[in-house]
Parts: sequence; structure tokens; C-alpha cells
Amino acid sequence: MESFCEEETLALWGSRSSTKDAFEAIVKRHMKDAYFIALGLVGNHDDALELSQEAFFRAFKNIKQLSSKGKFFPWFYQILRNLCFSHLRKRRVRRADSLEELDGDTIQANVSDVFDPEMVAERNESKDRVWKAIARLDDKHREVIVLRHFQNLSYEEISKILFCNRGTVTSRLYYARKRLKEILDREKGGRQ
Amino acid sequence: MTCQDHKDLMMAYLDDELDQQQKRAFEEHLASCAECARQLDEFRRLKQLTDSVSFIEPEDRIWQQYWDNVYNRVERGLGWILFSMAAILLAIYGGFKLIETIVTDPDVGALLKVALLVLIGGLAILFVSLLRERLYFWGKDRYKDVRR
Ligand SMILES: [Zn+2]
Repeated sequence: MESFCEEETLALWGSRSSTKDAFEAIVKRHMKDAYFIALGLVGNHDDALELSQEAFFRAFKNIKQLSSKGKFFPWFYQILRNLCFSHLRKRRVRRADSLEELDGDTIQANVSDVFDPEMVAERNESKDRVWKAIARLDDKHREVIVLRHFQNLSYEEISKILFCNRGTVTSRLYYARKRLKEILDREKGGRQ
Repeated sequence: MTCQDHKDLMMAYLDDELDQQQKRAFEEHLASCAECARQLDEFRRLKQLTDSVSFIEPEDRIWQQYWDNVYNRVERGLGWILFSMAAILLAIYGGFKLIETIVTDPDVGALLKVALLVLIGGLAILFVSLLRERLYFWGKDRYKDVRR
């Protein structure tokens, strides 16, 4: 994700022949990041493709909201993550409705069903286990893990797109990793 | 430095986000604190495990069609707006024609005509009030995608 911190002001829009061309350039520059982040958040190819494309469409519709000095990606990321989170929330509600008397853990486990193990490159048992555990994290915890480990962002970059300070990034990462460790340990204990 | 501060420092140490001075200070603490050293070891293993996971690349076709798929939504959105505008105009026109026929029809009783006009009046008031509400909330609604 080398490009998201670059200046991408609306001045760029003026220099292009049309808004459409300018937006096409922006989509092509950011589509892989958008897709892979969505994939990390929602766990399967179809949803990630659909949600990331929908996010670009909404960004295009609301492009006037982006102030002239604003950078595109942090602004766009808010749209993308809200779409992904509300998609997950809806799925959880649906699951909870269809299956009665489930505790939060079981619902979370059910949602993690749609996290496709086939998405992981060069699969093996330990990678499958980690991916499954990541699926079971809370959304905000999964988010920092995705940004740090899959997107390889620095704390500085994460704090920019989450609109929070470094301290928040660090402590959220700490709790996310602690939780991830707990899930992995518990699962290991349960199997033996 | 107390062990309380260490969850932050430990993460930053693990992710190589500390400057030289902070790094040295943390390493000094590690040398004297078995608990932090043990935790760091566990987190390090977890980080290795997590870093080993990466995603498969989708086919090239997906990237080639990506922009077209986004732009199709824009066109589709525009299509829907034009379609619904035309549909509303046609419905209004048809409605007026229908009312005109009924009101000018001598066979229809006066009471029915009055009832019909009152009904239309009521609908119009409801429509205007709904429209006003939508316009009022529209200003606040616009930012619902961007929650900071
Ligand atoms: Zn310590």
C-alpha cells in the first residue's frame, strides 16, 4: 500500500479530462488494497469483491464530501470499513434469528463459517488454524490484525486511516493479539 | 518504567516501531523481568504465525473487470433515477386524467366527488410533509457513511 499517504488532492481531478477518468485512475490504484482489506475483514472472495466495489461506487457518489485538501484513501477507508462491518452485523443478526438460544461465542463461531479457508495461500494446518482464529476475533480487533499483518502498515499509517492516535493503535493491537493467542490456546487445549 | 507500561512498548518493540533509546530501555527491562521476557516470546511466536498467513491472488480477469464493475453501478444508479422520475411523472399525469373524468362525469354522485377531492387533499398534505422531513434529514444523513 505504498500510495495511500501520497497527496491525492482534488486538484488532480481538474487536471484530468473528466471526473470519470480521474476516478478510474484512483480506483485502479487502490482496488487491490480495497479488495484485500475487505477480504481480511469479511473472509471470502465474493463478499470482498462486492463490498469493495460498492465502497468505490459510494465514494464516487459522495466525492464532494472529500475536502479539497483531503487524501482519498483514509476517507475511502471509512466507507469501506463501515460497509464491511454492517455486512457482518447483518449476518450475525440473521444467524441469531435463525438459531435460537445461542451465546455470543457460538454466533461469532457461526459467522466465522463463511471465512473461506481456500483464501489462504499455500495452506497448511497451522495457517488454517490462525485464519480460523482471526475469523473469530471481534471486528475491530480483526481490523488491526489485517492492517498490521496482511497490509503491512506502520502504526503511523494505521492511525491515519483509523483517525486515531498511535496509543490507540498500540493498545488495540495488544488486545487483539492477546485475544488471538487465547483463541489459539483454547482451541489447542480443546482438541487434545 | 513499570510493567504496566509494557503492553504498549512490547507491541512497538515487536513491530520495530521504537527509536534506539526506547529500544535500549525496553531491552534493559527485559533482562531484569522474566515475566515480560516470557510474554514477549509468546507474542513473537504469534507474530511469526500470523505473518505466515497471506491471501491468494485472484485471477487477472478480476482486476481487468474491476473498474467496469464499479462504473456499471454508477450508470445503473443514473438509470434508476431517470426511470423513477419518469414513472412518477406518468403516475401523476394518469392520476389527474382519472380525477378529471370522475369529477366531470354527471353520473357520479356529488358526495363521492367531495370524498375523492378530500382524499386527494389529504394525500397531498402527507406527501408535502414527508418531503419536508426527507429534505430536513437529508443534510444530516449525508454523512452516514463516514462515521469518525
Ligand atoms: Zn516487566
